Amino acid sequence: MAKAILQLGELTCPSCMTKIQKAVANQDGVSNVKVLFNAGKVRADFDESKVSGEDLSNVITELGYEVKKLKVKETA
Amino acid sequence: MMKLNVWIQKHQNKITGLLAILIVASLLFTYLFKVELVATILMIIASVIGAIPVALHAWSALANKVISIELLVTIAVIGAFIIGEYEESAVVTFLFLFGNYLEQRTLQKTRSSVKDLTQMAPTQAELVDDDGNVTTVDVDDLDEGDHVMVKPGGQIPVDGKIVEGTGYFNEASITGESAPVQKEDGDAVYAGSLIDNGTVTIETSSVGEDTTFGKIIELVEEAQDSQSPAARFIDKFATYYTPAVLIIVALVWAFTQNFELAITVLVLGCPGALVIGAPVSNVAGIGNGAKNGILMKGGNAVNSFSHIDTLVLDKTGTLTTGKMTVSKMDTFGTDATADMATLAAVEKGSDHPLGHAIVKYISNEGIKDYPEIPEFDTVKGQGMIGSDSEKEILVGNERLMQANGVEITSENRKSIDDRLDNGDSIVIMAVNKEIRVITGVNDELRPDAFDGLTALKKAGIQRVVMLTGDNRLAAQRVAEKLPVDEVHAELLPEQKLDFVKDFQAKGHKVAFVGDGINDSPSLATADIGIGMGTGTDVAIDTADIVLVKSSFASLAHAYILAKKTVANTKENIFIAVATVALLLLGLLVGIIHMASGMFVHEASILVVIFNAMRLLR
Repeated sequence: MAKAILQLGELTCPSCMTKIQKAVANQDGVSNVKVLFNAGKVRADFDESKVSGEDLSNVITELGYEVKKLKVKETA
Repeated sequence: MMKLNVWIQKHQNKITGLLAILIVASLLFTYLFKVELVATILMIIASVIGAIPVALHAWSALANKVISIELLVTIAVIGAFIIGEYEESAVVTFLFLFGNYLEQRTLQKTRSSVKDLTQMAPTQAELVDDDGNVTTVDVDDLDEGDHVMVKPGGQIPVDGKIVEGTGYFNEASITGESAPVQKEDGDAVYAGSLIDNGTVTIETSSVGEDTTFGKIIELVEEAQDSQSPAARFIDKFATYYTPAVLIIVALVWAFTQNFELAITVLVLGCPGALVIGAPVSNVAGIGNGAKNGILMKGGNAVNSFSHIDTLVLDKTGTLTTGKMTVSKMDTFGTDATADMATLAAVEKGSDHPLGHAIVKYISNEGIKDYPEIPEFDTVKGQGMIGSDSEKEILVGNERLMQANGVEITSENRKSIDDRLDNGDSIVIMAVNKEIRVITGVNDELRPDAFDGLTALKKAGIQRVVMLTGDNRLAAQRVAEKLPVDEVHAELLPEQKLDFVKDFQAKGHKVAFVGDGINDSPSLATADIGIGMGTGTDVAIDTADIVLVKSSFASLAHAYILAKKTVANTKENIFIAVATVALLLLGLLVGIIHMASGMFVHEASILVVIFNAMRLLR
């Protein structure tokens, strides 16, 4: 398992949050998705054998949100 | 499609600007040049260009089963387009996009305090490998056990302990203490603090989000998103509200057969200010707190804190600095040096703050050789007893002496009363039932305790209660100097908890202020637990509010801020509801149309954001 922390640009509408939350959570192997609306951050745990941090970043980019920074940490 | 989406998102502001130009040009053609056809064509172009980004947002939300405001606007714009109201459709999309832009800019302001905090987080470190080579690396690449070097003026990149060197550290971002502290081999240092002078090598114990500083940031970031009950209600309401507007609009259309009226209602029904109003107050309030070293764990904490009427305070380490010093040591035996050495030997084994002060005092007196002493047993709330074949040593308070039949002479009495008058805690040592040493240990009152408590009472705290494990007289002395309504002394930690529960049972809303070391149960049980005087993990975990700066000015600021934030939230909800009501009224009397409705909506959103911004000051 690994943990991804993605820094996005400024989020303004609470519905963006729901959108991102659902889209990321729908990826295979992803659990515990947390979108921090005010900080513009997404945190998610994921299974590296099924999905990568870049995949998550792409999902968010495809929704139309800029991903400024991606950080992946092994959590054993 | 996806590329287009990203491109549009990136250039949304330029699109908005283009819309403004097109609309102005169109208006010029209408009123100045009187060329209606060109004006209409320009409005059509503007409508289409403006509708695309809004529609894309609406679509991607819908794909994730979310009915968004954008969907309402898209339908309204398409509707207006169909019935040939090109001017309305162009102006509505422009106002909506421009409103979004302003919202983004102003929201950024309300969030800036926390952003400033995150930007203080270290990003790079000088890693020292086994051969002593130094390389610059990203902090994320560091692991536990890595050695990093920090040069004068540098920022500590990790939590860890010093393995080489000494220096003066500014730990204001962690402890709120701005005076530099000297640290050397083996001392703990924290990420985010600065080294004023000296070069040190640090062994890493935690990195990034796991450091104390990282936890503080995480706490504040999550706090800003964790809503007050009112905001949560609005949030829930909004998820049903938006689809409900669609249904209402369909009904309006079905009954009146008036398509234009229906799409106007669609625009007016957008939940704009309602959705943003309550959260934005919360964000600004919590942000202001964070900037001032007050960490409030979310809207709930802010809300409960604003309703507190009873403030319960621990004395040691909260009302006082917790830095104990011996004010006077009277000796009564024939060999004062030997007695003091024995006392130091006993206190060396205790981890009580009073003990540390005594050991320090005695060693400063030049007495450094301590005798062998028997095993000691602790008597809770009294002191310690140790005995062997030849002597019995008692070290503790007056109660311990009385309980063990130690005679207190008039000379002893005078010494004790003298110390009590000074507000000291008393530590007595008796050997074989005979008093040898009487020590007064003083704990300095926090300098701003009086002003802070006075401000708190003025702001709405009805009762201030001081609890302490200390002796009654010492407690009384401290209380006399402060606007404290009740004092309860000689308490054990669990008795403090009973007081908190008791007040709650009587219907009071209780805040407990403590240092989180031995009063976590009280911190957790009180309606609001306020951690003060630390910055340690314990307090951050159990307290609802953490004061990074251990000051009463900061406590008073927090309370007033909580009250202001709650009031601000209510104002914003009122503004939002009043806007919708006025718009509907305007629609009924026929003075509000689609574009003007959108204008009022966007204006109301800015009004609530500006209102919330007042909290930042």
